[in-house]
Amino acid sequence: MMLRKVAIVGAGLTLFRRRLKETPQEMAWEAARKALDEAGLELKDIDCVITSAALDAYDGVHMRGEHIAHSGGVRKTVSRVYAGGATGGMATISAWYHVASGLCDKVLVIGEEKMSHALPHPQSVFRYIWDPITEKPLNPNLIWIFAMEMYRYMKTYNVSKEEIALVSVKNKRNALNNPYAQAAANITVDDVLNSEVLVWPVNRLDVSPVSDGAGAIVVVNGDVARQFTDTPVWIVGVGWNMDNPQWSNRELAYARYVEESAMMAYKMAKIERPDKEIDVIEPHDPFDYKELHHIEGLKIAKRGEAPKLLKEGVFDLDGDIPSSPSGGLMGCGNPIGASGLLKVISIYWQLKGIAGRMQVKKPVYTGLAQNWGDLMQMSAVVIMRR
Amino acid sequence: MRVGIIGVGWYGFTPSTPELSFREMVFEAALRAYEDAHVNPRRDVDTFVSCQEDFWEGISISGEFAPDPIGGTLRPVMTVPGDSVQAIMHAVMHIESGISKVTVVESHAKPSDIITMEKIMEFAYDPLYGRIGARNFHFLAGLDAVKFMERTKTTKEDLAEVVVKNKRNGLKNPRGSYSSSLSIEEVVKQPYVVYPLTSLDISPFTDAAVVIVLANEEVARKYTDNPIWITGVGVGYDSTMELSDLGRSTYLRLAADKAFKIARLHRLENVAFFVDDTYSYKELQHLEALKVQDPVKKLREGELYADGKTPVNPLGGHLSEGRPLDASGLALLLDAVEFMRRGEFDKAVVASWRGVPSFTGGVAVLER
Repeated sequence: MMLRKVAIVGAGLTLFRRRLKETPQEMAWEAARKALDEAGLELKDIDCVITSAALDAYDGVHMRGEHIAHSGGVRKTVSRVYAGGATGGMATISAWYHVASGLCDKVLVIGEEKMSHALPHPQSVFRYIWDPITEKPLNPNLIWIFAMEMYRYMKTYNVSKEEIALVSVKNKRNALNNPYAQAAANITVDDVLNSEVLVWPVNRLDVSPVSDGAGAIVVVNGDVARQFTDTPVWIVGVGWNMDNPQWSNRELAYARYVEESAMMAYKMAKIERPDKEIDVIEPHDPFDYKELHHIEGLKIAKRGEAPKLLKEGVFDLDGDIPSSPSGGLMGCGNPIGASGLLKVISIYWQLKGIAGRMQVKKPVYTGLAQNWGDLMQMSAVVIMRR
Repeated sequence: MRVGIIGVGWYGFTPSTPELSFREMVFEAALRAYEDAHVNPRRDVDTFVSCQEDFWEGISISGEFAPDPIGGTLRPVMTVPGDSVQAIMHAVMHIESGISKVTVVESHAKPSDIITMEKIMEFAYDPLYGRIGARNFHFLAGLDAVKFMERTKTTKEDLAEVVVKNKRNGLKNPRGSYSSSLSIEEVVKQPYVVYPLTSLDISPFTDAAVVIVLANEEVARKYTDNPIWITGVGVGYDSTMELSDLGRSTYLRLAADKAFKIARLHRLENVAFFVDDTYSYKELQHLEALKVQDPVKKLREGELYADGKTPVNPLGGHLSEGRPLDASGLALLLDAVEFMRRGEFDKAVVASWRGVPSFTGGVAVLER
């Protein structure tokens, strides 16, 4: 079947901050308005809206899709997707098929997460993501299980904490160029290693901070994309995959679901050698080790070899395959329902050539954004081309 | 648009299901759907869509548990919270975009596990100016019903007739746990839960899981000689509680406009309707939004009965089966498929609603 061409023509972000004064609806609308402005569209031009929000408990609102829909979806076709950290990527994929199917022509994706009003701490919301029978009675903390995964990755591929800390150093440095970033900094590997141990081997600076923030994109039918811009960015591949939630029973050193999602997207984008054909990437990095873990799952690097390429500078802004030029979640913060959109928007701006100080040094034609979510089981991949 | 429904399966539709967890209920429904469709989910299905909502489940990011019971592990599973007709719309788009040939939609509900329903409903209102501490979450339906009844000159007896019709229609439906043979007087004499609605005017909650298997036209014809086709689908959102139209279902009109346009459905003749009747008046209000002319008059003249010219909820609707939260849309779709498989009607309209306090609805047009 001949797929309808689909393009991104506008994007907007709010500041990512530990506490924003705006309500979730106000944050969502601010991002939506910016995306519409960049696309040169008004809300009346939009026929379908997708809301992207991860956990209902963050807004403390039941039927949260309806709550956010007020920020752009009034009297339109609206639906919500959610997949934890992968929500923004899934919403982008959803926007792609809203248009590719012919059901909609102009879609507005709005994502937000306001984590700051969770008490006593945003982490407490994650107390209820577990299997209610087999896991909840143990009251696990989310960082515990990522610590297990990080250690398993280090042990399996003989990766050191110093090598992993380089991701944190790189991304926080990249974020210095990002006007929306919350956690930009010039830090050293020693700073990461000497920061407080949260759950060994995870130190505080191995983790992205909790954030408030919103993002939005405008996705349109390819036939009309050039009415709005001379430089549409085409969505040429989408893929997503979900493993089961039994994280305790699977090999944590390698994310097979990431590979499966990537292969689905590569097939659609006709990419056979991702390490040679993709110019810039935004893998999901809520923890520094996750960027390496995902780069391997995406087959940009062989298993266990991402740290070596990182040390060689391959993933630097002036490297062969710049990774997280926005600063990623380590540098920008991680408002969960919007963080996936940050990744998509970063690649969109890179390919469009309007990333400002974030713009990578080499010319870029094909980019990849990847999100990770749910209970360490979900990956969404979006491949874009200019 | 022609997307085939090649398999349906369900479990539950009972006030409580202590024998199974929600995941086991979904597994049972999926097993039946795959048997009905003659497909192997690990081999024949390309994508999955799961529909559930955190607070109903008591689990944050509740979609995490979607893949296992439907055979979706390590496969593309999309998680869409909302009414399950929204999930059907996503599945149709998977197929129409060409990324999938066969897509499975799952939705479930286990309200018997929920011990704080009133508080959860309170959380659906705006946290700043919508949470007024209402002791009875049906109050919004009461206001909506009064406005609708005043505008359309609908009487309490008309609402009672909807109840009598639907509860009687469900008597032959194995899912009709709440069906019964009542008189209009028996309904009208019940005390109000909220004016003008009695407990019999309100669909009770029910535990249920429903799984539907969809396929593109080419594949559907391989699996079955008589698929039911989805020829149009639409979803509409009006606004928040404070700003939406009370007394009319603008959300469903928006959804119907889209679905009917796609399906090229211009005349509502020889069409059976499977319409949300969470509250008795909603059936009439929703029919109005679907452009059925003068539904109250048609009700009084017997046209909306199962043997009438325009059957509405001939299998009993939510008033007979109960309301399975997010799975409500799939419950109506399931009724439509079973009814059409009997060969009585070639066209059906399924119209679902998210329930109070939302103003969101979905419409699917089915043809045989």
